[in-house]
Amino acid sequence: MTIVQFLIVGTALFSLGLYGVITRKNAVLVLVSVELMLAAVNINMVTFDVYLGDTLHQGQIFSLFIIALAAAEVGIGIAIILMIYRNRQSADVDELNLMKG
Amino acid sequence: MIQLATSFQQLILATAEEGSNAAEGHGTVPGITDGFLVEWAWLIVVVPLVAAFLIAFFGKKLPLQGWELAFGSIAFVGVYGTVLFFLNATEGIVYEGTINVADIGSFAIEWGWMVDGLSIMMYFLVGVVGMLVFMYAKGYMHGDIRYTWFFASFSLFAGGMLVLVSAPNLIQLIVGWELVGVSSYLLIGHYWEDFDNVDAANKAFMVNKVSDAALFIGAIIMAVSVGSFSFDAVLDVVVHGESGPLSQYAFWAGLAIFIGAMGKSAQFPLHVWLPDAMAGPTPVSALMHAATMVTAGVYLLGRLFPFYLDVSGLFAGDVRTIIIIVGGLTLFLTGLIAIVQDDIKKVLAYSTVSQLGYMIAAMGAGAYTAGLFHLFTHAFFKALLFLGAGSLIHAVHSNNMSDMGGLRKKMPITFWTFIIGTLALVGIFPFAGFFSKDEILASVKYAGGDGQGVANFILVLGLIGAFVTAFYMARAVALTFFGEYKGTAHPHESPKSMAYPLIGLAFFAITAGWVNIPGVYTGFTDWLATRVPLSGMGDHHAESFDWPVLIISTLLVVTALVVGWRVYGKDADTQMARDRIRIPVLWPLLENKYYIDDLYMSGIVRPIMGPFARAILWIDMHVVDGIVNGVGLGALGVAKGVQSFDSNVVDGLYNATGAGTGAAGTILRKSFTGRVQQYAAFSFVGVIVIVVLFIIF
Repeated sequence: MTIVQFLIVGTALFSLGLYGVITRKNAVLVLVSVELMLAAVNINMVTFDVYLGDTLHQGQIFSLFIIALAAAEVGIGIAIILMIYRNRQSADVDELNLMKG
Repeated sequence: MIQLATSFQQLILATAEEGSNAAEGHGTVPGITDGFLVEWAWLIVVVPLVAAFLIAFFGKKLPLQGWELAFGSIAFVGVYGTVLFFLNATEGIVYEGTINVADIGSFAIEWGWMVDGLSIMMYFLVGVVGMLVFMYAKGYMHGDIRYTWFFASFSLFAGGMLVLVSAPNLIQLIVGWELVGVSSYLLIGHYWEDFDNVDAANKAFMVNKVSDAALFIGAIIMAVSVGSFSFDAVLDVVVHGESGPLSQYAFWAGLAIFIGAMGKSAQFPLHVWLPDAMAGPTPVSALMHAATMVTAGVYLLGRLFPFYLDVSGLFAGDVRTIIIIVGGLTLFLTGLIAIVQDDIKKVLAYSTVSQLGYMIAAMGAGAYTAGLFHLFTHAFFKALLFLGAGSLIHAVHSNNMSDMGGLRKKMPITFWTFIIGTLALVGIFPFAGFFSKDEILASVKYAGGDGQGVANFILVLGLIGAFVTAFYMARAVALTFFGEYKGTAHPHESPKSMAYPLIGLAFFAITAGWVNIPGVYTGFTDWLATRVPLSGMGDHHAESFDWPVLIISTLLVVTALVVGWRVYGKDADTQMARDRIRIPVLWPLLENKYYIDDLYMSGIVRPIMGPFARAILWIDMHVVDGIVNGVGLGALGVAKGVQSFDSNVVDGLYNATGAGTGAAGTILRKSFTGRVQQYAAFSFVGVIVIVVLFIIF
């Protein structure tokens, strides 16, 4: 088991997430894609924690923080999307262009 | 009070002791060369000048309308001058304080104050005579519409004279000279509603300017050849008899400075302004003819005396011949004019010119002490006579003696003081004028015997002048105080503020001559001699009475008084009838003042006024207006340029900034699509670019 395999998984997961954030039209799916990116970062954290043999395991603790924050983020994100949907009967991010210059 | 006097005495003694090791001199050894009394003597000059400005600005708000300031300042000068005068008489004072004002090249411009015998005598004269005249003026000018302004100019007049006599250099002397000139202009033209008075003021100013031009030239020649404006530097060269630039140009410098003195001291033929200056109020005439202004020329000759005396024969000794001739002609010719005048002030004015002629003649004869002694005594009795005449004018509301007569009983104080002044002027023993005039005549005779040939001729003129003086004064007294009153007003004795100064001056008119009696007490000679070592310089003044001259002149004077009384004493129906004797050719000549005024008018004034005025008008219309219009147009052009710069460049900058910002916004707003995903893509690209850059560099 080399570190490379874990990093490939992380990179792939991050790229999928990024692709989803940029291309998905549905706001919920954009949020899901963000979760994918966060998961990729977590994999990287844990991988390097083991690889570097950190006695304090900062990488693993940090990934726990990220999971907790991600949960909170999803909670707020879903709430915002829900309110947008209620107001506009749509969750399409392309239509949310009130800030257009 | 006793304590105060004692402490004051100690003060003076302490002041005297400080400078006991003093410089050498003739007669009285100068005992005082420092101490606060001389170091603070600049106050004598400054106080009247400050008072003049204070009166001009705040005088009207004061309870006595500025008179108190004027009198206070001149009384200060009088008291300070008296203290210095007595200190100089007992101890001798030589002090010179200077403050450097500016340096121009190698010339230092200095303001200073001289405290020596000559200056102290002038401080004393200006202060004491001025004090009495100012007191008199309070009553005389009462009710005048420009009362406050009069006292402001009067203080300036006294202050200007003090600047002049305190000057240790020619620059400050000229400053004082011009201050006196301008304030005399203001005072002579005091009643400017009457156009004649304005003419008189203009005449005085312009005649003085002619001589001032000569004074400037002389001062410049002297300063350039010596390298300094200070009298000390000039006299140093003279006393040591150094031949150099000064001795080369001495004649022209001496002549030019003498012409300057001729103007202020009203010498023939520049005397024409002085009789016309009678247009001013009488107190002005009194001060102008006694202690200030006309004495300036004599003072200047006295200040530069070693230069004119010229022991070494290198300097302006030749000018003295001109001086004595001018003085002799003046004393004789103007004395004659006084005989035919009806205006009492003009009689006295011509008398003043004549007496100044005596002083100048004495200077020309090399008699420093005699000339200044006559200046000293003349100041008192001529001020007395003028104030007496003012008292008469105040009473009868006319200047003309044909409106007077018989005032002896109605105005006793004026009468007796006027008689004292007359006896002092004509030179009757023991009044002041006797000693000073006799000293001049004796000195002129001495000069004649000492190789100055022309002096014998001047001596004859001086003796005839003594006769003429007594004759016109006898006439004036007879026509005003004796006979029947011919005027229309109701004369009465003048108020006390006018009577007391007359009494004060009468005291001096009797006693002022006693300070220099040959063979008895010659203190005056020593008082003035402290600065210039005169024994070494050979002051030609007579050391003793010259009995033949003394007896002849006294006989002439007494004869003249008797003749004058016989001619004019008899009463007649009209005053004009009393004054009717006429000598065919002489009288018209005298009444027209030798046609000198007409000569100046048609020879100088009119030719200048006509074409000159036209030339000035042309210059004014073409050159001055052109310059003014040019300046205006130039200013307009500049304004237009500024306006176009403002509206184009400055406004343009602001507009360009605004427009640029707007255009940038128009372009950049296109990138703000409002799409979140696009922003995310941009930031991802940005991150990649940054990472790539990190890796590369």
